Amino acid sequence: MRVARWLAGAVALGILAYLNFFVFRAPLLVKLINVSLFSALFVLYRVIRGPSPADRIIAVDILGVLSIGILALLGLHYDQGFFMDIALIWALLSFVASLAFAKILEGRRLDD
Amino acid sequence: MIRHSVGMAFIWLGIVFDFLGVLGLLRLPDVYNRLQAATKCVTFGSAGLLFGVFILKGFTSFGFKVLLGIAFIFLTSPIAAHAIARAAHRSRIPLCGESVVDLYEADHEIDKEGGDDAA
Repeated sequence: MRVARWLAGAVALGILAYLNFFVFRAPLLVKLINVSLFSALFVLYRVIRGPSPADRIIAVDILGVLSIGILALLGLHYDQGFFMDIALIWALLSFVASLAFAKILEGRRLDD
Repeated sequence: MIRHSVGMAFIWLGIVFDFLGVLGLLRLPDVYNRLQAATKCVTFGSAGLLFGVFILKGFTSFGFKVLLGIAFIFLTSPIAAHAIARAAHRSRIPLCGESVVDLYEADHEIDKEGGDDAA
């Protein structure tokens, strides 16, 4: 049963990678951005379905780090520098939000 | 040409590490295991990706902003992970069934007993 589930997952990922890299006609950077967006979809599953609140906090934190990479690749693709400004601001806000969520989870007040 | 190849190699490495870290976030059984896999792999993955973009762009304003992003990720991601792990352990989120020992909890108990003795 376990082996069957692993095989099904590997085959599904292989089909998606084949569709992305060999069927989909686009520049290479757009294909790499697609892989990152698919990873972000996995993270969103953990945000929605996470059993404990800490899982959701971790997932939101990781989503911030992933979006920095996606924005850097977008800036490389469009050859525009302002995407990195958005990425830096996103990183800062994601860090502050993670710390605030951790404090709330621990049961302390924010001005503590 | 060599610069382009090296930059694209770093970007591929970052994408693969990002994907593996997110897979660990999805598949591992426990909050702490998930935190370990996700934070390590995604930090190195995103930092490697940004380093590849920096190699491709060189010392332009874009490149300096990318370097700033790498420094920021390396500074803040471990701090956030530490705060989340501490908060999760303090709010009594249980470890997974295969866990053998929980030394942080033992230290906590010793601290509480010592505090009682001192009082």
